Amino acid sequence: MSEPLLSVRDLHVTYHTEGGGIPAVRGVSFEVASGETLGLAGESGCGKSSVAGATLRVLPPGTEVTGEVLLDGEDILSMKPQRLRAVRWTELSIVFQGALHTLNPVQKVGDQISEAIELHRTAANSKARVAELLDLVGLPPRRAVDYPHQLSGGQRQRVLIALALACNPRLLIADEPTTALDVMVQAQVLELLERLRRELALSMIFITHDLSTLSYVCDRTAVMYAGRIVEDGTSEDVFGRPAHPYTAALAAAFPVIGDHTYRKAPSGLGGDPPDPRDIPSGCSFHPRCAVAVPECTTADVELWPAGTGRRAACIHVRDAAAR
Amino acid sequence: MSDVLLETRGLHVRFPARHGAVARAVDGVDLTVHRGEVLALVGESGCGKTTLARTILGLERPAEGEIRFEGEPLRYTGRSLRSYRGKAQIVFQDPMGALNPRQTVYEAVAEGLRIQKLPGAETVRVADALSRAGLRPPERFFEAYPYELSGGQRQRVVIAGAMVLEPSLLVADEPVSSLDASVRGEILKLMLELVRDAGVTILVVTHDLGLAWNIADRIAVMYLGRIVEEGPAEELLENPRHPYTRALLSVVPETREMEQQILQGEAPDPTRIPAGCRFHPRCPLVASGEAARIGIEERCRSEDLGLAAVVGSSAGHVAACHALVAGGTG
Repeated sequence: MSEPLLSVRDLHVTYHTEGGGIPAVRGVSFEVASGETLGLAGESGCGKSSVAGATLRVLPPGTEVTGEVLLDGEDILSMKPQRLRAVRWTELSIVFQGALHTLNPVQKVGDQISEAIELHRTAANSKARVAELLDLVGLPPRRAVDYPHQLSGGQRQRVLIALALACNPRLLIADEPTTALDVMVQAQVLELLERLRRELALSMIFITHDLSTLSYVCDRTAVMYAGRIVEDGTSEDVFGRPAHPYTAALAAAFPVIGDHTYRKAPSGLGGDPPDPRDIPSGCSFHPRCAVAVPECTTADVELWPAGTGRRAACIHVRDAAAR
Repeated sequence: MSDVLLETRGLHVRFPARHGAVARAVDGVDLTVHRGEVLALVGESGCGKTTLARTILGLERPAEGEIRFEGEPLRYTGRSLRSYRGKAQIVFQDPMGALNPRQTVYEAVAEGLRIQKLPGAETVRVADALSRAGLRPPERFFEAYPYELSGGQRQRVVIAGAMVLEPSLLVADEPVSSLDASVRGEILKLMLELVRDAGVTILVVTHDLGLAWNIADRIAVMYLGRIVEEGPAEELLENPRHPYTRALLSVVPETREMEQQILQGEAPDPTRIPAGCRFHPRCPLVASGEAARIGIEERCRSEDLGLAAVVGSSAGHVAACHALVAGGTG
């Protein structure tokens, strides 16, 4: 396989607050190949958005970030500001959730898009480019003169996608892009992202807590828990045959309609995700794990091979491989 | 005691909209809720499901039609509404918004008791409600504030606050949509326990068909102010007959083997409900020419219709679609 487009190596993110350091990301490594979509899944507080923030270097000042984020071999974390500005938008960009808060409410949406184009001088005629971008995301170009409040939630999300694509990036990070949307509109936006990825040969990192969406959109998925990746592999494997007990519990939380095992039998996980200031020893999942053994409270877990192209950080997986 | 706990008859709820228009949020709903069941009311946002739920709780007044609770029509006087609210309680989707941040868990749960002036020892009732909601030992939570709790615990406090009044009906509006995936199943389990152990009846309002598969006995699908399909949960989800229900199911990631039918546009406008079948402008049967082929397109465009029994389905499965009446593919 060729060199990955993005390679994140041993990433740590620690937020410093008056109450002390909060380790949000604790040693995360992954790669995104050119044209590939990687899903980053996990519940709130697991560190998935901090990974996105570190990759784009948009975390609050004073946040401690260590490790490497290599874009075509060049470390984003050590780029000079000028180089960083050039790389953002033209190489990688982001689509956030909650389109209403990301767009400027008092500026026409077309002007917001052309601003990015003009700043990076990536098109000679920004007006024509805006029309082209709106068309690309399935909006009539005449909507360029609308203000955000004149658009529906789904249309605003399309504008944000157009904005992110304004300077032809190669990698798009989508952070919960469909979370606040209604089911049918969610399906429309997912369909759009899938089409754009094909047509523009985009690479994507798709971040969400909704595993069922990921299984549809992503080639590969990494599941995060308490600041670490606990399982990765093809989306089909991760959701269809989870190797880590946490992934299994998450997958079971979204029942397959028609599967009578879940009929009148919702499946959940006791307890709550850990407080990042007080992460359990050993395997951080052990207090909530149904198959924990005494060793889990002290064991140093790492991602062990769990079959072809997949890994899981569970000592049962390690033991199964050893047999 | 009758099997019927609550019913709505010819219910219409209207709101004034911009430029003198009228939004027909609920536009002719006859719904029956049976004792001890979990009924899921599903649909896209803007379909009127939350307005219907609020009207059922007495929070909105119908323009036409009535609500009958335990056989008696709901009356909108202060006294009868207060007594009704002791019997019909709501659980909102966002527990942080539903709880007063400066109130302890004990105060939050005891508040309803004080308003309703229920007899008996308050502390015992509060402790019992908390423990029933899975917060055990309850005394440990008495003095806690909402910010000290996790999302799942907060939702349990909200549920305890509703259950402390020993209501016969619990209306839950998207009870798990703001919760983390791992917590969601625990709250749904709790809801089933409440039905089994406390004999409560639950009307759950949701866009989440997976949730309906998890807990509902029956499902009613709402579109533009009207129920367009209703039936036993398994029957409706495994054999959906209305084209809208089919489209809704096809985009749920949990049923990816169905061919996706993504309806274009957002949920339509309740100030301008289309003539004929209200779904016809978005209906895949009309768009594909199937309706014309089986000779019903004219009726789809001009003839409004109500729910009718679905031929070949189990009892209680009803849908409002001309194709089903015509015996077409539906």
